[in-house]
Amino acid sequence: MLLAVAGVVCGIGIYARADFGTPPDVKESRAAFSYWLLLMAVWGALNLVFVSGDLFTLYVALELLTFAGVPLVCLAGSGETLRAALRYMLFALCGSVLYLLGAVLLYGGYGTLDIPLLAAAVQPQPLAWTALALMTAGLLAKTALFPLHIWLPPAHGGAPAAASAVLSALVIKGSWFLVLRLWLDVMPGVASASAAQLMAGMGAAAIVVGSVVALRQQRLKLLVAYSTVAQIGYLFLLFPLAFDAIGNMAMREAAQAAGLLQAIAHATAKAGMFMAAGLVYAALGHDRIDNLAGAARALPVAVLALLVGGVALMGVLPSGAYLAKKLLLVSADASGQWWWTLVLQGGAAFTAAYVVLIAVRVLRRPVAPLSELKPVSMLSQCAALGLALASLALSLAAVWGPLPAELIANPLSPKELGNTLTMFVLGALLASALSRRPLFAAACVGNAANGDEDGGPLRRATVALGVAFAQADAFLRRWSSASLSLLTLAALFGGLLLVGAPK
Amino acid sequence: MNVETLFALCACALVGIGLYGLIVQPHPLRKLVAFNIMGSGVFVLFGALAKRGAAAGMAADPVPQALLITAIVVAFAATAVTVALLLRLIESTATASLANEPPSGD
Repeated sequence: MLLAVAGVVCGIGIYARADFGTPPDVKESRAAFSYWLLLMAVWGALNLVFVSGDLFTLYVALELLTFAGVPLVCLAGSGETLRAALRYMLFALCGSVLYLLGAVLLYGGYGTLDIPLLAAAVQPQPLAWTALALMTAGLLAKTALFPLHIWLPPAHGGAPAAASAVLSALVIKGSWFLVLRLWLDVMPGVASASAAQLMAGMGAAAIVVGSVVALRQQRLKLLVAYSTVAQIGYLFLLFPLAFDAIGNMAMREAAQAAGLLQAIAHATAKAGMFMAAGLVYAALGHDRIDNLAGAARALPVAVLALLVGGVALMGVLPSGAYLAKKLLLVSADASGQWWWTLVLQGGAAFTAAYVVLIAVRVLRRPVAPLSELKPVSMLSQCAALGLALASLALSLAAVWGPLPAELIANPLSPKELGNTLTMFVLGALLASALSRRPLFAAACVGNAANGDEDGGPLRRATVALGVAFAQADAFLRRWSSASLSLLTLAALFGGLLLVGAPK
Repeated sequence: MNVETLFALCACALVGIGLYGLIVQPHPLRKLVAFNIMGSGVFVLFGALAKRGAAAGMAADPVPQALLITAIVVAFAATAVTVALLLRLIESTATASLANEPPSGD
């Protein structure tokens, strides 16, 4: 993990040189100065999260991560981004106070916060259940798992591209990693299979809602931000798959490996995608998805990075996400939880949907030749592409390292090829059903009219569904509903841990 | 009822009040104050636990107190950062609402 984070930070650093680099004889601007400082702060805090073995140190590390992440959101300094940063800050504080409360209870009960000592001492009893429920709910608020993603889209969509890449690829992984430690390392005997089902159920909801709302976005960066909401859902699918059919945590290692692999794959691919989206914005002066025609010719490397990142997220063969999916599918088969197989395969189709949508939009021939193109740094484009390719080649590295090689099948064997094609076809169907404008409609010039009205009755029905999802998402992102769902989740986790406890 | 139980109950009340404020109050400053009340509740609870877990011959367990002071510093820093953000927000938009931003065209 440390190595992966270092790699991603290097890639982002190279990319950010174009935006924030300052020649030696020029006075450094405030945004550039803060950016480099905060990048290092995020890196340091993440390293602390990965190496620390004490729940209180982890609390401090998470706070450091939040304090570094919040100013990154409002680096541009406009009112919109300040508001997003404030929402992020307040909601994260809510989460961290719940986490602290759980940690305090654990200390009161067992007299230690050291992870190995605590793992040996902890018993399945009401104190541990309460603490685990509170800490999990708090951490989920910080990770922005659906329905607690109140702050994520505006924060990630509004920040400068180099900052969104850090936020989306790295910052949310810190608290996710802590949930993983908590469930699999600290309290394997306390956590129950039913509570894990709830967590993965929210993950599945995140995949569906995040992807559908992503397809409804007008702006490329917001699309990528909602795709992060969906991918966070993926990261939580591993929890029920750590349990075998009778509810013992037997397949911990496989689930953990799959989760970490998925996290690294997402970190690299998403950083590349955000950077590429930022480059498209910089070059075209806008990132309205409807008007992206011709971008592929103007910015071939950046667009390639965007698409390679998307394909890597889908889990096409050599990518890290593929291997993670494969490991989880094996676990799902072994434990008889067939419904997660459905979610895993369906999620890939949803991911394919927005990849296809972007591909169709950027590859289209522009109506009028693109005129006012601003030059963008080639180095930045290559950094974005490099990260996306790293994600795509991740499984090779993983198999070369600790994992068994038979997990990788021949990419051109009929079964794999068929799988990939099915995903793309399903994705194209979803994209044409739910996107804002029909998939192959003519490129529009100037101010786009709303394309929702045209099309047959089937398309109208699916569009209505998409609008409903977007409205539900907006409702859930209101402060009151989000904080109520936070409390409800804490209570639900507590209840499920109580019910699922071994007798 | 001994003194630790009293403090623990008091902590519960503080956390409850803080949570209520965080959810109900619309103004960010009030939310921040509510967060601080909730945090204080957690700190009081930690203090009560320190008293309960005291070894023989000592007034209190020193470890929670050491952790407590760190947590207070963290909470203070968080409050300061949030207030700074809030001031900038008021400066640049003349409002302090956290309502969902209207969907912007580009």
